[in-house]
Amino acid sequence: MRALRSSSKPAANPSSYPPLSRKITNYVMLSLTGLCTVLVVSVLLTILVYLLWNGMHALNLNFFTKLPAPVGQSGGGVSNAIVGTLKLLALASAIGVPIGLLGGIYLSEFAGGWSAFTVRYTTDLLNGVPSVVMGIFVYTLVVLPMHHFSTLAGGIALGIMMIPIALRSTEDFLRAVPRSLREGGLALGASKSETIFTIVIPAAIYGIITGIMLDIARVAGETAPLLFTAFGNQFKSPGWLQPTASLPVVIYNYAISPYDDWHQQAWAAGFVLLSGLLVVSIIARVILARGKKLSHG
Amino acid sequence: MANAALSTPGVPMQSRGLEKKQTWLERLRKGDEVVHLITLAGAWSIIVITGLLVQHLWVYSAIARHTFGWHFLFTSTWDPVNGLFGAWPFVYGTIVTSIMALVIAIPIGLGTAIFLAELAPRKISNALTFLVELLAAVPSVVYGLVGIFLLIPVLTTAMPYFQKVFGWLPIFSGTFYGVSYFSAAVILAIMVVPFIVSISREVLLTVPVSQREAMMALGATKWDVTWRAVVPYARQGIMGSIFLALARALGETMAVTMVIGNVAQVSTSLLAPGYTIAAVIANEFTEATGDLYLHALIELGLVLFAVTMIINALARLLMLTMKAHEVTG
Repeated sequence: MRALRSSSKPAANPSSYPPLSRKITNYVMLSLTGLCTVLVVSVLLTILVYLLWNGMHALNLNFFTKLPAPVGQSGGGVSNAIVGTLKLLALASAIGVPIGLLGGIYLSEFAGGWSAFTVRYTTDLLNGVPSVVMGIFVYTLVVLPMHHFSTLAGGIALGIMMIPIALRSTEDFLRAVPRSLREGGLALGASKSETIFTIVIPAAIYGIITGIMLDIARVAGETAPLLFTAFGNQFKSPGWLQPTASLPVVIYNYAISPYDDWHQQAWAAGFVLLSGLLVVSIIARVILARGKKLSHG
Repeated sequence: MANAALSTPGVPMQSRGLEKKQTWLERLRKGDEVVHLITLAGAWSIIVITGLLVQHLWVYSAIARHTFGWHFLFTSTWDPVNGLFGAWPFVYGTIVTSIMALVIAIPIGLGTAIFLAELAPRKISNALTFLVELLAAVPSVVYGLVGIFLLIPVLTTAMPYFQKVFGWLPIFSGTFYGVSYFSAAVILAIMVVPFIVSISREVLLTVPVSQREAMMALGATKWDVTWRAVVPYARQGIMGSIFLALARALGETMAVTMVIGNVAQVSTSLLAPGYTIAAVIANEFTEATGDLYLHALIELGLVLFAVTMIINALARLLMLTMKAHEVTG
C-alpha cells in the first residue's frame, strides 16, 4: 500500500521510462551497497588474518608449558592462564548450564501468561547488562564478603553471563519440536514429564548442545568481568579460592604493557583464544547441521 | 504447549476429561508437578539474580549518590585524592564515542545488509553472513589488541593527510597521538557492524515479495524498490538493530579502554585522548581506596546499567511492533 502511495506520480514519457537520472541513481546506489560489503568483509578479514599471522609467529611450546617469566627475562609462557581459563569455564558451565536448561524447559513446556513474560523479559534484561557491570555485581556479591579475589568469583560472573543465552536457545530449540510429537507421547499414555524427557528433549538435543557450546565460546573471551573477580596471578592458582590468571586478562595486561616480549605473548594468547573460539563455533554449527539432517531423514 | 494441545478441539474428548480430573496430588505422584516446580525454580532464579544485581548496584553506590546527587554526572573534576568525583568527562566520552561509532557503522552496515539481502546470490550472501557472524564472536579484548597494534599505527600514518583537508574543523583539530575518541569510535564501529548487518539482513529478508512486486509493477528501478518499499517496511527491525548496537557500544569496555587514552578530560577535538564510563571502571576499580571512591565507581556502573537497560527495552519494543506489524500487515 505504502509503495503505491509513494510513487503515484505518473511518468511524463512512458517510452523512456524510467528516466536517466533514476537509472543513474539506481546504479550508483546499488554499487555503493556492494562497496560497503567489500569494505566490511575486507576489514574483518584483515583483522582475522593479521591476528592469526602475528599469533602464529609468537607461538611456541614454552607458551603452553611454562609460567610467566619475570619482567625483563625473555621466554616463559602462560600455562597458568590456560588452566585458569579452563577452570573458570568449567565453573561457569556448572552454574549457567543447569539454570539455563531448567529455565528453557520451563518457558517452553510449562509457562504461560505473566510468569513466562516476566522470566523472558528478565532474561533479556540480564543479557543486556554490560559485562563490566556484571564484574561490579559479582565483586560486591562474592569478593567483598570473602575479602579476596578468586577463581570462584570469576566463575560465578561468567556463569551468570551464560544463563540468558543458554536459556533462550534451549527454549527456542524445544519450541521448534513439532506439537504432533508431544501429542503422540501423551496419546501413548506417557505423563507430561515422561514426554518431555523421552521425546521432546531428545528431539531437540543437537540444537541445545549447539546453543550451549556457542554460549561457552562467547563467555570464554570475556575480560571485563574477570578484572575484579578472578583478577590475575603470575603463578599457578591451586583450588578455587585463589586469584587466577586467565587468557583474556593476560592479553589485556600484556598488550598495554611497554615490553615487546609481552606484546608477543599477547599475540600468542590472542591466537590461542580466538582459534579455540572459532573451532568451537564451527564444530557447533556442524553438529547442528548434522542433527538437522538426522531428524529430517 | 502440551497443555494447549490437550485443550484443542482436534484432540479426543476423553483425554481432555482425564486431564481435568487429575488432582494436584496425582500430578505430583506422576512426577509432572515435581518437574514443573524444579524448572520453575530454575527460571525464577534468574529473576532473583537480576533483582540482586539491581539491589547491589543501588546499595553499594549509596555514599556517592548521597554525597554528590545529580551533580555527579555533570561536574568535570575527577580527583580521587581529594575525594572529588565528577563523572562528566566519562559520560561525555561514552556519548561521543558511541554516537560517532554509529555514524560510521549505520550507513556501512545498512548498505551491506541491503546488498546481502537484495542483490547478492543466496549462496554468496549466506557465506558472507556466516563470516560476519563469526566475527561477532571475536572477544573485545582481541579487538583491542588489533586496535593498539594495527589500527592506531594506520590512523597515525593517515591522519596528517586527513587533517590537511579537514583540520580546519574544530572536531578534527589538534595533534593526533593515536589514542583518541576517534580511534575508539572506529574500533566500536567495527565491533557493532556485524550486529547491524546480520539483524538488518534477516529483517529485510522477511519483507514479503508482494511489496517488491507492487513497486516493480509501477516501473520502479531496483534501488527505488529497495529504498522506498523494502527498507520502509523493515524500518522498525532496522531501528531495533541500531539500538542493540548502541547499547553494545555504550557498554563496551576492553577495546575502548585499550585505545582511548584514558585521560579524564572533555575535548571538542575528536582526535584528543579521552575516557569512557566503562573504561574508568575497568581501570580504577581494583585501585579504588576508600568507600567514597568505590561507591563513585559503582554509581557509574549503575548509570551504565540504567542507560543500556532503557536502550535495550526500546530495541525490544521496536522488534515487537515489527512482529505485530508482520502479523496484521
